[in-house]
Order: sequence, then C-alpha cells, then structure tokens
Amino acid sequence: MLLTLLAVVTLAIIGQRNLFGVVILSGVYSFLMASVLIVLDAVDVAMTEASVGAGISTIVLLATLHLTRTIEVRPWRRSWAPLVLALVTGLAIAWGSLALPPFGTPDAVIHRHVVPRYLADTVKDTHVPNVVTSVLADYRGYDTLGETTVIFTAGIGVMLLLRGARRRDGGGGDDGAGPRA
Amino acid sequence: MRTSLILRIGTKLVLPFILLFALYVQFHGEYGPGGGFQAGVITAGMVILVGITFGLGAAKRIAPPGLVRAMVPLGVLIYAGTGVLGLLLGKNFLDYSVLSASDPAHGRGLGIFMVESGVLVTVSGTMTALFYAFVERGR
Repeated sequence: MLLTLLAVVTLAIIGQRNLFGVVILSGVYSFLMASVLIVLDAVDVAMTEASVGAGISTIVLLATLHLTRTIEVRPWRRSWAPLVLALVTGLAIAWGSLALPPFGTPDAVIHRHVVPRYLADTVKDTHVPNVVTSVLADYRGYDTLGETTVIFTAGIGVMLLLRGARRRDGGGGDDGAGPRA
Repeated sequence: MRTSLILRIGTKLVLPFILLFALYVQFHGEYGPGGGFQAGVITAGMVILVGITFGLGAAKRIAPPGLVRAMVPLGVLIYAGTGVLGLLLGKNFLDYSVLSASDPAHGRGLGIFMVESGVLVTVSGTMTALFYAFVERGR
C-alpha cells in the first residue's frame, strides 16, 4: 500500500512541470518513506527521513525556488540517454537484489559478523540500552565523526557559494543540495 | 510581510513543545529513537518556523547569526576534542572508557553523551546557517 503510494508520488513528480509542486511532492515522498521505514522497524532512520527529508530539505528547496524561477524550462532537445541510463541502473539494482538473503533472515552474513557482539555487550560496555546510539557514537565513532565533518563541510561550502555569488552578483546558480546523512 | 493571526498564535503555542521534543530526542536518545542529528534538525526547524512566521529578524533574535556560524565548527571540535581527550589520557582516539576512572562503561556512556552534544551543535548550527544564507541571498 505504502509502496504503491510511493510509486504514484514518483510518477506525479515526473509529470509535474511546476517546481513548487515538485518540492511539495518530494516532501510527501519523504513522509511516505518515513512510514515505510517505521514499518521496517527502523525508527531512528524514519525520524531522520521525516525531519531532514520532509522538513529541512523542503524548506531549503523552497528557499532555492525563491531565488530561481518556479517553472521548469522545457529541454531544447529530447534525449533518450537519461531514460536508458535510469532503466539500466534500475534493472541492475533489481538483478543485484535477487542475490540478497530474504528480508529478516537472522543468519544473513551481515548479522553474523560484529552484530551479535554489539547486541549482547552494549549495556555491559556503555550502559546505553539503545544499540543504534551505542553503535553510532561508540563502536563506530569514527564514522559518525566523519559524518559530522561532512555536514560541517557541506554547510560551509553552501554558505561560501551563496555569499560569493552575492558579492559578484554573477549568474552562477547553485544546486541547492542540502546535506543528507 | 505579516502572516495571519492564526498562524502566528499557533506558532507561539507549538514553539516550546518543539524545543522540548528536541531536548527529549537528544537526551533520551540513549534509551529511545533519536540522537544528536535528529535533535539538531528539530532545533533548527524551530528557528526556521520562527523565521517563516515572524520574519528573519525574530529568528535572528533567538539565534544570533554570529552564534549560529560559530556553532558549525564548534560541534566538530567538541566531537574531535572528546576523541583527543581519550588520546591524552592514554588510550586510543575516540576511546571514551578513560573518561571515568572507576567504571569504563560509565566513561563510554559519558563519551557518547558528549559526542552526541557535538553532533547536535554542528547539525543545528549548519541547518540554521543554511536557512539564513538562503533567505539573505533572496533579498
């Protein structure tokens, strides 16, 4: 049901020429995605998707629309290359997913490496019952430090771009990419 | 630009609850879903809501641009500083067990708390600074 709604929203985004509508629909998409993640019991990720994907991204994209025009320009030349590329990539991913173990298999490779130790020892090691938090900030602290640095770098980069463009008053558009972890 | 009365009163009503929820997500992240990243985004969302409803000036009174800009690198410094603290106290980088002399597990819990605070500071600072940058560019 949720996945059907996701597909409908995606088709609506593709058909939409008004960028304002596209931004709102992407917010709807993110909320549906967050619901899917809750169904999959990934509450932490769902929370991030709802707050970043539906919240901050929508705001940043709307702010970008404030700087640009809201109607998508018709391409001057029709090209089939993007469609072919998307289809090939999609088929490759679908083909690759066939080799994955079924969803929720307890003895899948990824669940046998370090996960049992993390699950068993988190309270003894760190007094933190939420394994997601202890893996994120302790066992895999390096990764999270890297992520924080990525957000820092992306933020600084966007700020410098916007400020530099204002000083020169040049026509260089920005991609409006907000940081997403 | 003056937004409608309902919007302004509604915003004022929900603001404390948004901030409270952000703090809950931050400090309850060790027991339930959430953590520094989510709490940072929610905090920034509160400032952005004020900015949209009451204008940029009101948002800047709550979160001064200088402070916001300083928060962006400060959080990374808190995070990396916690790691270096482990290094100085004779263990590996980002090994928090040295933070408590008696109970290593307690030290690691404390380290997680400090690191999450660093994430909160950087994420909320970056998101708010981005919002300011975009809005000021549009003027």
